[in-house]
Formats: sequence, structure tokens, C-alpha cells
Amino acid sequence: MNVAFFFEVLIGGLLAGVMYSLVALGFVLIYKASGVFNFAQGAMVFLAALTFVSIMKMGLNFWLSLIVTLGVMVVLGIGIEKIVLRPLVNQSPITLFMATIGLTFVLEGLSQLVWGSQPHGLELGIPDVPMQWLSQKWNINVSQFELFAAGVAGAMVAGLALFFQYTRIGRALRAVADDHQAAMAVGIPLKNIWAIVWAVAGFVALVAGLMWGARNGVQYALTFIALKALPVLILGGFESVPGAIVGGLIIGASEKLAEVYIGPMVGGGIESWFAYVIALLFLLVRPQGLFGEKIIDRV
Amino acid sequence: MSRADQVGDVILSVESVSLAFGGVKALQEVTFDVREHEMRAIIGPNGAGKSSMLNVINGVYHPQQGKIRLRANGAWREFRDMDSHEAASLGIARTFQNIALFKGMTVLDNVLTGRNLKMRVSFLEQAIWVGRARREELEHRRAVEEIIDFLEIQHIRKTPVGKLPYGLQKRVELARALAAEPSLLLLDEPMSGMNLEEKQDMCRFVLDVNDHYGTTIVLIEHDMGVVMDISDRVVVLDYGRKIADGTPDQVRANQAVIDAYLGVAHG
Amino acid sequence: MLYREAGQFKATYAQDQQIFPIRQDRIAFALLLAVAFVLVPLTGNQYWLSAILTPFLIFSLATLGLNILTGYAGQLSLGTAAFMAVGAFMAYNFVLRMPWLGVIPSFILAGLCAAAVGIVFGLPSLRIKGFYLAVATLACQFFVLWAIQRIGWITNYSASGVITAQKIEIFAYAFDTPVRKYLLTLAIVAVMALLAKNLMRSETGRAFMAVRDMDVAASVIGIPMMKTKLLAFAISSFYCGVAGALYAYTYLGTVEPEAFTLDLSFRILFMVIIGGAGSILGSFLGAAFITLLPIFLSVLFGGISLATGMDISHAVVSNLESIIFGGLIIFFLIVEPQGLARLWQIAKEKLRLWPFPH
Repeated sequence: MNVAFFFEVLIGGLLAGVMYSLVALGFVLIYKASGVFNFAQGAMVFLAALTFVSIMKMGLNFWLSLIVTLGVMVVLGIGIEKIVLRPLVNQSPITLFMATIGLTFVLEGLSQLVWGSQPHGLELGIPDVPMQWLSQKWNINVSQFELFAAGVAGAMVAGLALFFQYTRIGRALRAVADDHQAAMAVGIPLKNIWAIVWAVAGFVALVAGLMWGARNGVQYALTFIALKALPVLILGGFESVPGAIVGGLIIGASEKLAEVYIGPMVGGGIESWFAYVIALLFLLVRPQGLFGEKIIDRV
Repeated sequence: MSRADQVGDVILSVESVSLAFGGVKALQEVTFDVREHEMRAIIGPNGAGKSSMLNVINGVYHPQQGKIRLRANGAWREFRDMDSHEAASLGIARTFQNIALFKGMTVLDNVLTGRNLKMRVSFLEQAIWVGRARREELEHRRAVEEIIDFLEIQHIRKTPVGKLPYGLQKRVELARALAAEPSLLLLDEPMSGMNLEEKQDMCRFVLDVNDHYGTTIVLIEHDMGVVMDISDRVVVLDYGRKIADGTPDQVRANQAVIDAYLGVAHG
Repeated sequence: MLYREAGQFKATYAQDQQIFPIRQDRIAFALLLAVAFVLVPLTGNQYWLSAILTPFLIFSLATLGLNILTGYAGQLSLGTAAFMAVGAFMAYNFVLRMPWLGVIPSFILAGLCAAAVGIVFGLPSLRIKGFYLAVATLACQFFVLWAIQRIGWITNYSASGVITAQKIEIFAYAFDTPVRKYLLTLAIVAVMALLAKNLMRSETGRAFMAVRDMDVAASVIGIPMMKTKLLAFAISSFYCGVAGALYAYTYLGTVEPEAFTLDLSFRILFMVIIGGAGSILGSFLGAAFITLLPIFLSVLFGGISLATGMDISHAVVSNLESIIFGGLIIFFLIVEPQGLARLWQIAKEKLRLWPFPH
């Protein structure tokens, strides 16, 4: 077995996993603060990417487009919180989950209605070519772009972790996630907090959208990325920011390795379900994920 | 026939049961017994471990030490690890402090679920709904209607349980427990949250169940008046330990019990 | 005035247990059956029969299946399309390889295969709940589709995984016209709906609902968790499997695995939500709503197009459809989480009093 090749696949998988984590982070944010599992995160990523690319096509430069798109995502986030979630605030988590499924359809339709459904390319200026010195020195091909994406994701995670741990708003978010009533009792304005959370989630969606859009092109298939984030969340725990990264790494790596080494034996295409089966097995052994909190049923 | 004549032999024996959750000791070497047909109360200050005791008896919690001995169908069974499903099949039924009714179903359906262990017909026969399936369903309906009459909830039998006031929900829960025709009935604060009138009604029903059906009842209750009036014997728990065991009069006069309730410092 | 129960007394429990205790309901239902079985076949045009009514019936059956699992037993499933696919492809195999079985037994066996798959993928429900379980069912959805495309034997080694459903022949009577396909589908769906209704109002249904409402309490009163949950998965998947077989044989004709994607699973979930979870009638109402909505929209936009001279492209209509679907889901969840079935019940309550206002 070619060791260099193994490492290439492994690293490629890890980096792909980091990309999944980027999307998973958006889920974690919203779940952490409001207990809602936002199935529409993928659609938000798609909408962000499509809006950005379309605005750029209209003539604005990179940074201006970025700012405008960010504005759109923030407004969208606040709107979603107000129109969809607040009326459902006391319903069961399943109901909220189903509402976000409905939201997914709305956002997907809206994105394509406004901006059209042709695929677009997205240029971030970082080429998808192997890093020179790695490939020359150790015969391992690792894409520059994927390394850049990993860097962005890492920065994002670090930023979010610091945000939650050390800022006043971050603390308030954690309080709200823990116990709504108690948070209100100490004077935390619930509605504002939720609006902030959704706005930040929108920002995360934008970053993920840019990364994924640059990698795969901005097209409808982008919405399916959200589906890949689910196994990541199960592994990492729904409420954990580091969990999203670790989960992403594990899923990304094992998926790639499985596809390359097991795939040929069974006709390939394992990637469509392998992550889910891993998540499923994990659920049976440790339902709360690596970093999640144990759920206790009381009668 | 005096009360002493009605009460029979020991039917349940709790022997040196200890239960802990992590570092928290809920029960420590608790021992007592329950006689057939009697009305046994478990009392004690909040957090004394009363609900945990009931949960151990019907298999929801498994104690780390000690054992439970139950006389079911004539034979003695000894266990520590029985699960709640098995407890139900051995004739133990219970109600819960926070009402564990099925909010999406009607009163009638809720009470009917209490009879699930007596239903023999397979799902295929139920789907086709002829012969045996039909007869069994009607037979159980008849049995359940008797209980509904007994507890005076006929007028709400088709109402979804979630829409009922608290007091009536408690009564429906009692009906569901009775539907199983239990030999041992565990009641966890059946009168909590009720006003005086509701309490009197529930008291009457609980006594009637004991009289009419002869069911052995173990109940947790905070209202001292109720406990002293209707119980045959009382167990007092405090901080997970048994501190008194006897008739209501004996327990009432027990200094340790008085201390526990007044919050006198413990060693 | 018309819709009153006055004078209709129930003297026995048996009478009280009827599916339609009110006489007016019985009459209305008899009329409905008469229309469905007699009037429609005689007067219906080809398009309505083959493009609207038949798929409506098929989706009603699938919705019934999902409703049993999610609406009654409370186990959220996103793998409905996968179970339908199992039913479709296994029916094809049974008819292909064991033609002496006959079509109806083949459908039943296909349903049983789907039930078996359902039990396997339902096993996680013993340990996990809620949307974790939904994620597990996604594993089923993706895996089954992959398996169908990879295991050549299932599609008789067809290159792209596409199969063609054979002609339906029962005792040499060919069901190959739209009317005959419609009637066959109608008969099967009607029978299965009756079986489902009986099942849901007897002990099995109560056990399902108990597990849905509070499974810990259900276990304490003696309801067996494993048996009940797996039975729910089995029965639900059986229904979806038969629906899938019908989907292939009386509607699609040429079947590809792509017909059974996650999108279809969502669509059926929407039918359950909009129609009413935990309601047999709701399954039909939801299926009708979702089946008719696209047609209604395309007619509407066709009309707008003609009236204003604007050219509204197909893509636009399709996107609007997405938005409206999603919006309706959210609307129903907020306003009437129990769906159209509940609205129907409320309407009947009001009808009892009509024309008196109070």
C-alpha cells in the first residue's frame, strides 16, 4: 500500500471534513441558543452564495458584494426568527424542526426565483492546485484551496469559541440556551438574543457559502451540503462548537477513506450513505455525541 | 368485620434497599413490608426518597443493594433488577406525581390502555375486526366502563385528556391504573394540587378502591389529615432512611418523626 | 339542521364503536364510495384518471403509511421514499421471477419486504428519539437507493437502474387502461384504509399513541416498547411498500431509482402535516391537497399568463410551488398543527349547529 497515497486521501478527507464543519457551525449556533434544529441552514448557505455571486455579476466589487450579502443574510435571519420561529416558540422540537423543513423549501424557491437557477462559478483567488512543496517533497497532493478553507474554518471556530466564552452577548446566548425562563428572569432580552443568533448564523452561512461555492460552484446541489452536516452534528454533539470541528474531521476522513479503500469492492458511491451509517452506529453507542450533554428522561 | 380481619398476610417485602444516583443517596437500607388489602402510607419531608421508593418497587429504578420480594399469583418472587414492564405484568400498577397520561388520547382510550396486558388478539385480527378481535375489544370496553362508572367520569369519557382540569386528570390516571386489575396499587401523591372538595372526592375513591376491589394500596401523601385518617400503617422516611413504622397513632407520637418535620438538626 | 345527532342513540358499545357513529356521516360516506367506484370510472376523462386521481390514491396510501409511523406512533421518519422504492422494485422482481404468483400476492410480498427493511432501520428507534431518529431514517433513505442502483440483481441488471413495470394481469383480466388501473388502485387503497382504521382504533393504535405521547409511562403500564415500535415501522413500511408497487405499476410504468429521492419523502411528510398527523382522513386530505396544488398553480399561472400576456416560465412556477409548499407547512404548523383533518372536524361541529348561530 502506498503510504503517501494514504496520507493524501486522509488529508483530503480531513480538509473536506473541515468544510462540513463550516456548515455544521451554523447549526450549532442556532441550536445552542434556541434549541431549534435549523434544517434550512443548507438553503441559507445556498442563498448566501447565490446572492453574493449575483451581486458581483451586477458589477459590484468583491468587498462591497460581501457587505451587501451580509446585510441580506442578517435581515433574512432576523426575519426568519420573527415570522417563523416566534409564533412556534412553545411547540415541541419536532414541530420546530418540521417548520425549518418548510423554511428550506421557501428559501430554495426564493433564491432561484430571484436570482435564476443557472450555476455560477465563484472566484476567491486561491487556486485549487496542490501545494508545491508538499507534493515535491513527500509526493502528497494537497489542494491549496482546501488548506485555505481549513484556515478560514479554524479562524471561525476560534472566533466563535472566544465569542461564546468571553463576551457579554456570548454569555447571554449560553444562558438562553440553557434555560429560557431563567435567562428572562435575570433580564436577558430573549427576542434580541435570538435575532442576534440568527444574524450570526446567517454570517456563518455566508462564509460557508463562499467556501463551498468556490469549491463546487454555486448551484442547487449546494443545498445538499446541509444533509452532510447532520452526521457531523451527531458525532460532535449538537451544542458543541469544537464538536462540530472534530465531528467534521472524523466524518470527512472516514468517508474519503471508505470511498477509496472499500468503495471499489462494492461498486463505489459509498459516500452517499457512509457518513450516515457511521452517525447511526454512533447514536446507538453514545446518543449525545462526543461532546454533547447526556439526555435524561424523567417521569 | 374489623379492619384487622380484612388485612391479610405480607404481600410485599422491601429488604434493606439502598439506592444512589451518582453521589446522591436517595435511599439507605430501607426495610418494611406491606400486607394484603391494607392501606400503607409512605410519608416524610420533601426529598426524603418517597417517590424513589415507589419507583424501586415498580422497577423504574434499580437499587444498588437490597431486594424486593413480591407475592404474585401465589408464589414469592425476589428481585432487584426487574424492569417496569415486568412489574406491570406481576400486578403492580401506579399513578405518578406529575400525571403520566397520554395527552393526545381521550379518557376512554387512556383507561383502555391500562388493559393492554390482558389483550390477547394479534394485530392482524384487529385490522380485520371480526370475531375474536371485536369480542375482546367489547369485553374490555365493558370492564373499563365499570371503572369509569365507579370513579364517576362518564361525562368526560370522550374528552381528550389534555383538555381536562388537573383534578379530573388525576382521577383518570387512577382509572387507568385500576383498569389493569392490579393486586398492588402505588399512588404517588394522588391528592396533590387539589382543593378541599377534590381531595375529599379522591379520598373517598381511594378508600372505595381498597374496600370494593380489595386492592392493596401504597400511597405517598403530604396531607397528614388524610394519611392519619385512611391508612392502616405508615412508614416514615427522612433523608432516605426509615425513621418510623407503625400505625398512624404510633407514628404521630414518635419524637423522631416530629423532629424530622420540624426540621430539627440531624447528626 | 341536516347534520344533527338528535334521536340517534347508542344502546350498545358496539354501536358506539362504529367508524361512523352518526347516520348522516354513513350516508355521506356511502355516497362518496358510490361516486368513487361507479360515477368516476363512467364519466372521468383519461387525464384526470391517470394523472390526478390515481397518483392521489397512491400518495394517500403512502401518507397513511407514514402517518401510522409518525402521526400515530410518533416516530419521525424521513425514509418514506426508500420504503416505497423497496416495494416497487421487489414487486417487479416477484412478477418477473415468479409470474405464477400473480400480481396481488406479488404486491403483498413486496410490501412484506419493505416491512422487513422497515424493521431493520427501525431498530435504532429503541435507543434514539426525535430528530436523531429522523437522521437515522435518512441513513435508510440513502442506503436503500444506493443498494438498488448497485445490486444488479434488483433491477435485472439494467444499465441505469431503470425497470419497466409489467402489465398487470389478474386471472387473465388485463388492467391496462387508465380506468382499470384507477379501479384496481382504488380497491386496494380502500381495503388498506379500512384495515388501518380498524387497527388504529383498537389496542395496537392505542399502544402506538401511548408510545408517541409518553413512552416511559407506556412502558410502565406494560406496553412493550420494542414490539410496539418495530410493529409501527413494519406496518408503516408495508403500506409504503405497497404504495410504491402501485406507484410503479399503475402510474409510472417506467421506474428509475431517482423517482424515490429524499424530495419524495419530504413531500409525503408534508402530506401528513398538512392533512393531519394521527388521522386516517387526514392522510387523504393531505394527499389531495399536495397532489392538486401544483395543478392548481399551473392553471392559475397559465391564466395569468394569458390574461396579461406575460410569459411565466416553467422554472418560475416550479420555484413558486416550492415557496408555497414551504410556506403552507409553516402556516399549518403555526395556525393548525393538527392539519386539515382538524379543520374538517371544526367544520362539522359548526355544521351541527347550523343554521343556528349558537
